[in-house]
Amino acid sequence: MANELSEVQRSLIGKQNKKGQTYTDPQHLFFEAPRIPAFFTGSEVIKEAIRRASVDVMVAYPITPQSEAAALIGELYAEGYVAEYMRGESEFAVMGQCAGAAFGGARVFTTTAGPGTMRAFENFPMWVGSRLPIQVIVTCRGINSPLSIQPDTLEMYFLLGTGMLVWHAETAQDFFDWILKGYIVAEQPDVHLPIAVCCDGFFVTHTKDTVLLTPPEMCLPPYDPYRSPVPCMDMETPPVRMMRDPFVMKSNYISYMTHASWQEETRGACERSRKHTIPMIGGLIETENTDAEILIVASGTAVSQGREAIRLLEDEGIRVGLVKVKSLRPWPGQEIREATKHAKHIFVPEFNVIGWLAQEVKATIPDNHRVIAGPHVAGGMTMPAEVIVEEIQKALGRHVTTLAGRGS
Amino acid sequence: MSKEKIQICPEFYDIMPPEYRDLVEQATYGKEGRGWKDIGQSKELIEDHSLCAGCPESMAFRYILASLPNPEDTVMVGSTGCTSLVFPHVAVHNIHSLFGNQNAVASGLKRALSVRFPGRIKDVVVLAGDGATVDIGLDMTLQAWFRQEKFTTICFDNELYANTGGQESGLMRKGFVAKMAPVGKKFEKVRLPEIARESGCAYVVNCTVSKPNLVEKVIRNAVLIAREIGPTYLQLYTPCILEIGKNSMEGLQEMRDSEKPGERFRYYEYVTDSAKQFLAELEAKEKQTAAAAIEG
Repeated sequence: MANELSEVQRSLIGKQNKKGQTYTDPQHLFFEAPRIPAFFTGSEVIKEAIRRASVDVMVAYPITPQSEAAALIGELYAEGYVAEYMRGESEFAVMGQCAGAAFGGARVFTTTAGPGTMRAFENFPMWVGSRLPIQVIVTCRGINSPLSIQPDTLEMYFLLGTGMLVWHAETAQDFFDWILKGYIVAEQPDVHLPIAVCCDGFFVTHTKDTVLLTPPEMCLPPYDPYRSPVPCMDMETPPVRMMRDPFVMKSNYISYMTHASWQEETRGACERSRKHTIPMIGGLIETENTDAEILIVASGTAVSQGREAIRLLEDEGIRVGLVKVKSLRPWPGQEIREATKHAKHIFVPEFNVIGWLAQEVKATIPDNHRVIAGPHVAGGMTMPAEVIVEEIQKALGRHVTTLAGRGS
Repeated sequence: MSKEKIQICPEFYDIMPPEYRDLVEQATYGKEGRGWKDIGQSKELIEDHSLCAGCPESMAFRYILASLPNPEDTVMVGSTGCTSLVFPHVAVHNIHSLFGNQNAVASGLKRALSVRFPGRIKDVVVLAGDGATVDIGLDMTLQAWFRQEKFTTICFDNELYANTGGQESGLMRKGFVAKMAPVGKKFEKVRLPEIARESGCAYVVNCTVSKPNLVEKVIRNAVLIAREIGPTYLQLYTPCILEIGKNSMEGLQEMRDSEKPGERFRYYEYVTDSAKQFLAELEAKEKQTAAAAIEG
């Protein structure tokens, strides 16, 4: 069964926490409880999600554009919604502090962005190998030099290989829902992996949007650390001598084999998250009009721009379908193959210079000459819908009607 | 953890390894006043080690594990290095994650355990080498002290990177010729004990592990002070006999030579006033208990 609770968690359903919130069955919280409309920035939405997430420990560090959200969680701590909160000294340390708290059986939350993600990086594969279901919000921004604080999703390219679950939110609504749902998926015993819920910095964090919130008096059941597939480091279970020769011992075939099989297992755990994720977020992808000859495949706010481009093209009599990629890890290969099977031209608009999503799509589908890796913007440039329209018109050999202010 | 949790299901008793049966029946979890003298009379919390023959780190590990005041509620945090070869053999929960982040991990761990087990003892003890503590992890070592994180940091100071083959470290002596210091180290040994004092540690000791009773005393003090007052730091000389050209049986003498007056590891202790008061109260209480036991 997908998304089960443990006995301990079930026994708490209906009971109140010290803030008077009722521990609520996630299914009810997500799909049945009334929703209240609110007009919030993405940062405020992060705060509202965490208010309902029964988080034990949050570790914060300033870096634009996640600083506001990280500080807002501090307000929740001051109000008593988060049990422990601290400012770390660097992202490398922050992710270590998160690891320590998760090893000790806490539900852990943190946020980072751009150069912070890169500085933290050594920790992410370690979280995976240690099976720590930490949630990190990544509000993507440029990682290049010269210094940029502007939106750019290049850092996500690096996250894809860590073994973490990686989801890419399009809107503040996605963000609110996925932060809460992310914990439920990541903490399943057959998954038990860290999750990066990513968004495009500023576009999502600093703009206001109407978001349908769950009632503030309901919250997730707390984390049950004894559902972990590896022992919680709290000396509440008997210590075991883990191995005769430590894994790190050299020239030892068993050691190599152990490492290899554990990497396979953690990747397997990521794949196993599908069955929990699909009912939670309505599939790893969302599609519209995939019978069209032209498709846009996108993730994050490029999806929103794609929708707008589709509307403009419709006015010109060009029909274009859409694939919104919600989960990047696990990668929805089968779903994308199915969704793109009728398409003759597949456009992948992205907010980064290398086009990592296009690379992934090309590696997934047959006849990948159909993939047109673009348009790309980077370094904080916006992607007006007209730029996508122009790319499509050019590829079709049509007269380009919109030039999107490129000066030509 | 209650002692009852370390039990073997009767049906599986006969197939459990003898060392685990010993751990359940003969170990000193929960024993009042446990210490190095239990070695030889009880099951140690370290199984055989995978260090070089005669390595003083192995002595240090045994004394420390025998001296932890509450091993049944202690979680240790290690780092990459020779110590990470030993931790898999240690019968308290222990964490290895990366190289140098041990004090960050311990900060998060201690806070999580405080949230989850309010009012209960859960000691956190960091044990890492000098590269991890002073070079790559110095930022996190110091920041944990600045924040007054309530755990003990133990540095096994062997004055070089041993596990990677004897490279220069910050705690190496000036002038020592090593890998990556081909003409001798050009700057002085980093004075971390003094830095620890200035960074807010309530208890700091610099010594060797030549005397088990001394190790027992400083470990016990460091863990109890960290539990009640604030961060504590122990810098213990565990020479890498391999890299300084000594034989297996010469480690103990090397430590004895290095702790003589004027040498690098002469005993150094710093205790804050509040920690002194705490230790005095503890001693008075122990005397009282001992006197009551005699009377009783």
